[in-house]
Amino acid sequence: MQTTRRLWLSQCAGLAALAEIAAARQHAHEAVQSSTPPAFQTLDAATAAEIDAITSQIIPSNDGPGAREAGVIYFIDRALSTFDAHLKDAYRTGMAEVQKKRQELFPGSTSIAALTGDQQIQLVKSIETTEFFELLRTHTLYGFLGNPSYGGNRDRIGWKLIGFEDRMAFQPPFGYYDAPGNGDSK
Amino acid sequence: MSGAKFRPSDTVDFLVVGAGAAGGVMAKELSTAGFRVVVLEQGPYLTEKDYRHDEIRYVYQSGLTNDTKVQPITYRKNESEAARPIKAIGYGRQVGGGSVHFTSNYWRFHESDFEERSQFGEVPGTGLADWPIKYADLESYYTKAEYDLGISGLGGANPFEGPRSKPYPLPPMPAKSSGVLFDRGAKKLGLHPYPAPVAILSQSYEGRAACVNCGFCEWFGCEVRAKSSTLVSVIPIAEKTGKCEIRPNSYVRKIETDAQGRATGAVYFDANRREVFQRAKAVVLCANGAETARLLLLSKSKRFPEGLANSSGLVGKYLMWDNGGLAMGLFEHPLNEHKGIQVTRVIHDYYKADPKRGFYGGAGLDARFNYYPASFALTGMPPDAPKWGAEYKKMLGTYFTHTMTVLGHTSSLPQLRNSISLDPELKDAWGLPAMRVTFDFHPDDVATMKWALTKQLEILEAAGAKKTWGAVGTSVEENMPSVHLMGTCRMGNDPKQSVVDRYNRSHDVPNLLIVDGSSFVTAARQQPTATIQALAYRAADYAIRNA
Repeated sequence: MQTTRRLWLSQCAGLAALAEIAAARQHAHEAVQSSTPPAFQTLDAATAAEIDAITSQIIPSNDGPGAREAGVIYFIDRALSTFDAHLKDAYRTGMAEVQKKRQELFPGSTSIAALTGDQQIQLVKSIETTEFFELLRTHTLYGFLGNPSYGGNRDRIGWKLIGFEDRMAFQPPFGYYDAPGNGDSK
Repeated sequence: MSGAKFRPSDTVDFLVVGAGAAGGVMAKELSTAGFRVVVLEQGPYLTEKDYRHDEIRYVYQSGLTNDTKVQPITYRKNESEAARPIKAIGYGRQVGGGSVHFTSNYWRFHESDFEERSQFGEVPGTGLADWPIKYADLESYYTKAEYDLGISGLGGANPFEGPRSKPYPLPPMPAKSSGVLFDRGAKKLGLHPYPAPVAILSQSYEGRAACVNCGFCEWFGCEVRAKSSTLVSVIPIAEKTGKCEIRPNSYVRKIETDAQGRATGAVYFDANRREVFQRAKAVVLCANGAETARLLLLSKSKRFPEGLANSSGLVGKYLMWDNGGLAMGLFEHPLNEHKGIQVTRVIHDYYKADPKRGFYGGAGLDARFNYYPASFALTGMPPDAPKWGAEYKKMLGTYFTHTMTVLGHTSSLPQLRNSISLDPELKDAWGLPAMRVTFDFHPDDVATMKWALTKQLEILEAAGAKKTWGAVGTSVEENMPSVHLMGTCRMGNDPKQSVVDRYNRSHDVPNLLIVDGSSFVTAARQQPTATIQALAYRAADYAIRNA
């Protein structure tokens, strides 16, 4: 292992020049990502608040920022306005079903957003095997962990949580086990 | 993007359909030998400036592969089922084809892969057969591919590989934590891990700079030209000759033939969906193992009522699938597998089929991380983990950085009933019959995947994983899309039992070459790109010497 890495480094003649290129690319890369999320294009504010109440239970803000702080709802609005426009109907009917479920479980309640946290968790549990929930979960996770240029993952909140770094270049060792001395076969 | 320009009325020497792994090689070999070449590519001409670290675009929307919204595909398990639309097949759709977004594993086939029927024996109900060529016939072309494209690896490190005439042109990439752990586990079990041969530059080569370990290989185009796709390696050489034109956004609908049954060129839709007929003295199909068969079936004529090059009736038949399962391991310390290329260690100890197992099949295993952030959160967590909520959020915080994958690449038996055909009803956005896929596993395919998974998990456990999990999708749907497209124009000496001869020439049409995964007789243990390209170098060499 050690031999391999040394060999690789010694043969990496253009490393300095590469670092320069990488830095320039990194700069351009971040410039693209700094755009602020626009106002809603597809969702109305009331529906957005209802969807946000659910996605905020998928990645809650209990011990640090979650889906809400990451702006997942802005990502969903962007998706439904562009590459996932064909899913607008799925959201319409899906949310109607969830509202029906809410009224069954909590008669007299006025909205998902107005439920207590425990009630919201109970509601999500009741829909967690539905196709619509799978769609919400998919959008929530892409909004939380996808490229920030789509309106979600603000300030790279999602990436910070999971330990992902988006860089144009890394140098070994990448992790604990490929660091010198830690990975030798025993 | 600075090659020659030809008019459709110019009769060029070779018309190549598809600018992917094989088409790029054919373009370079033929044009540097002095021939005039036009390459028709259905996808766009993108470059490294167009690519981004963007999981939403390239994984969620699979931005570099075929789009079933405009090119629908239907699937059925067998002939008695009604086919329904689903993305059963995936392929790279741009100049460079799948070589742009592939993981970059670059495995040579073994000597045994070419003669499995003789070595293993008959598998009833299948078309398991020897190839009409042997490893020795391809060896020099594997070497040529490795040097032309720029492959990193350690020659001789895989004790199961056939003899090689030269080492790799570039040393292996540095081992990631997954590679180190895989090494540890495999050695403890008495196995033979070796540095992964990959189409990625470990140091600068032929004017391209080395990989910077950004981690975005699989499903992504390389932003620094370090992945040795045909787009950045051989296609620029072809264009530089001034004899080769790469024509993107050109979607071929028919290969035309004359009264003597010789190919005369191809009709295609240009970017504005206007029909154009490009004339050529010879045609080379490199459209991939699914689209090549479809195009031959679309090229029906009075003389060829069952489709072009199809006197055997085998065009589209013996489709094979990219089988394999996924094992995961959680470790005590961070691996940070999102840094660096996907795969750095491989074993071929379980590669060869062994009758003692009670079924046909074998596996190559590699250590990797198969995920980006969102796809990991969606599908990479253990099955007993919650799928949402506070506990799920907490687990994501450690699992993403502490998890690795051992991927199994397993055999797929050639079966006559598995095929690419034309859907009788559904049309694509150009009005052409959609691709219809008919496919079901052979019981031995499933047995092999399940058996390989136990080996994958065993290595992770031997490496010291705190927790392991994994699964084999036993339904075809769980293994979609298939992205290793093999077997639909199989190679053979007997024109009644095969579509192309040992030099990838159509048995029926003397000036038609078919050079891609479709000519594969067997699927080996997946990772077909090296063999597709070696076959292309060999076919080009033969065509040049006999033109």
